[in-house]
Amino acid sequence: MWGRYAAALPANAWNWIAVWRRNYLAWRKVALASVLGNAAEPMSSLFGLGLGLGAMLGRVDGTSYVAFLAAGMVATSAMISATFETIHAAFARMHHQRTWEAVLCTQLTLGDILLGEAAWAASKAFLAGTAITIVAAILGYAAWPSILYALPAIALTGLTFASLAMVVAALSPSYDYFVFHQTLVLTPMLFLSGAVFPVTQLPDAFQQVGRFLPLAHSIDLIRPAMLGRPAGSVGLHIGIICMYAVLPFFLSAALFRRRLMR
Amino acid sequence: MSAIAIGLTGVTKSYGDKVVVDRLSFTVASGECFGLLGPNGVGKSTIARMVLGMASADAGNITVLGEPVPGRARLARMRIGVVPQFDNLDLEFTVRENLLVFGRYFGMSAHQIEAVTPSLLEFARLENKTNARVAELSGGMKRRLTIARALINDPQLLVMDEPTTGLDPHARHLIWERLRSLLARGKTILLTTHFMEEAERLCDRLCVLEQGRKIAEGRPHILIDEQIGCQVIEIYGGNPHEFGALIRPYAQRIDVSGETLFCYAPDPERVRGQPRGHTGLRFLQRPPNLEDVFLLLTGREMKD
Repeated sequence: MWGRYAAALPANAWNWIAVWRRNYLAWRKVALASVLGNAAEPMSSLFGLGLGLGAMLGRVDGTSYVAFLAAGMVATSAMISATFETIHAAFARMHHQRTWEAVLCTQLTLGDILLGEAAWAASKAFLAGTAITIVAAILGYAAWPSILYALPAIALTGLTFASLAMVVAALSPSYDYFVFHQTLVLTPMLFLSGAVFPVTQLPDAFQQVGRFLPLAHSIDLIRPAMLGRPAGSVGLHIGIICMYAVLPFFLSAALFRRRLMR
Repeated sequence: MSAIAIGLTGVTKSYGDKVVVDRLSFTVASGECFGLLGPNGVGKSTIARMVLGMASADAGNITVLGEPVPGRARLARMRIGVVPQFDNLDLEFTVRENLLVFGRYFGMSAHQIEAVTPSLLEFARLENKTNARVAELSGGMKRRLTIARALINDPQLLVMDEPTTGLDPHARHLIWERLRSLLARGKTILLTTHFMEEAERLCDRLCVLEQGRKIAEGRPHILIDEQIGCQVIEIYGGNPHEFGALIRPYAQRIDVSGETLFCYAPDPERVRGQPRGHTGLRFLQRPPNLEDVFLLLTGREMKD
């Protein structure tokens, strides 16, 4: 009985690396376009909103609006990058490209594939988030060297949203369903998590909802690091983000097992 | 090493109400080519997937290379090469990169993979395509690369699901020749196919399936001798039922499929001497083949 479920779990701590390296090899061929494409959107939001709205808003949360927004855009870009890598690229590899099918014929398990894909999506998220962090730091909107503390938080954010998106990919019959994840989950989360304005602007009920969202906790880790402020409740934030990474991972493993290994 | 490569005992698999594999048992000895023969949708691919541990049986036991499957399927797969029904090569990678990526899935180092790549490409007759992108290869080349890829871990057992479906005759004959050379090297092959000719040429033993059940098993030529055992005359033109009645006394068995009459004739000359008064009839006399066995067992008429 256990054997049936073992197939959906990682076989060991290193098998996933082969999946990660396969994706890295594919990415290397289109690296420049991929980086520019992934970083362009949050960059334009950061400077468009940050400078444009910032001129009207003045100081927000004790800093310039663009510096406030930078942490929100870093976390958001990690979220979006990991999500899209999973629901579009990984889904294609599972679905019509049949890449997963080929891998399942080797000594790798479904769990190894899922872990490799999640780690890969987290890597791309890390790259996107870090690129914006560096640009913000160069332009003086983020504090050096405390931004280094933001880097592990960016990677963890990527892993979490890859894991959540994996559940969506496991449940979706086709690409058409992914828009719901974007419109019903990610976009509201962006506004409830303090990415573009302080959550204190929201009615109390919405603030309470925000406390349960993974993006809010990533921003609570990334923003102080970027602004050079002390961060509070670091353990709690990390714990909640990890929970959102681990539980959906196992859920997606169970769902994909049912879908692919019938 | 065990002399039994694959053993299935009483394996049953259903999807919803549909029984896809029904109390199936067979064993594949090490070093032989065993065929699963049957029309599309008869459960051949499901059997292959269960052997690989990618689907679990509802009942029955499966042992592959001494490992219980699916419990220890991963350990069995370390010594198995798979040629899937549909190409799943990485199209954006080169031929060499496809082997590199696949070797890593078996935990091989880049050094180990590079050491075996030339001989695999030579085997697949792709020496000149090492750095070509897979998207540029023909269908036959892709199949050969898939076979080379399946050999990267030097497997004892190859599971091949319809390896020549969709290929032109030249490409198909080259694949058959390559598979025979693998058998000569002592590899075991589990082959699913709906090509009777393929099964007849390659398989040491085979099992004929209908609706997930085994309806015959044995060596191809013995099955043909046992089930048919005489020449077959195909007769075209004219009314097959009318002419069938005329030659019935001289035939061991008569089947009609569409406008063609199949006559199993121990004494073919007597059948050929009958067309008096029937003009426009054409006769094709040939030795019996596996297709005759298959159609005899399952019926000539098209089934849903």
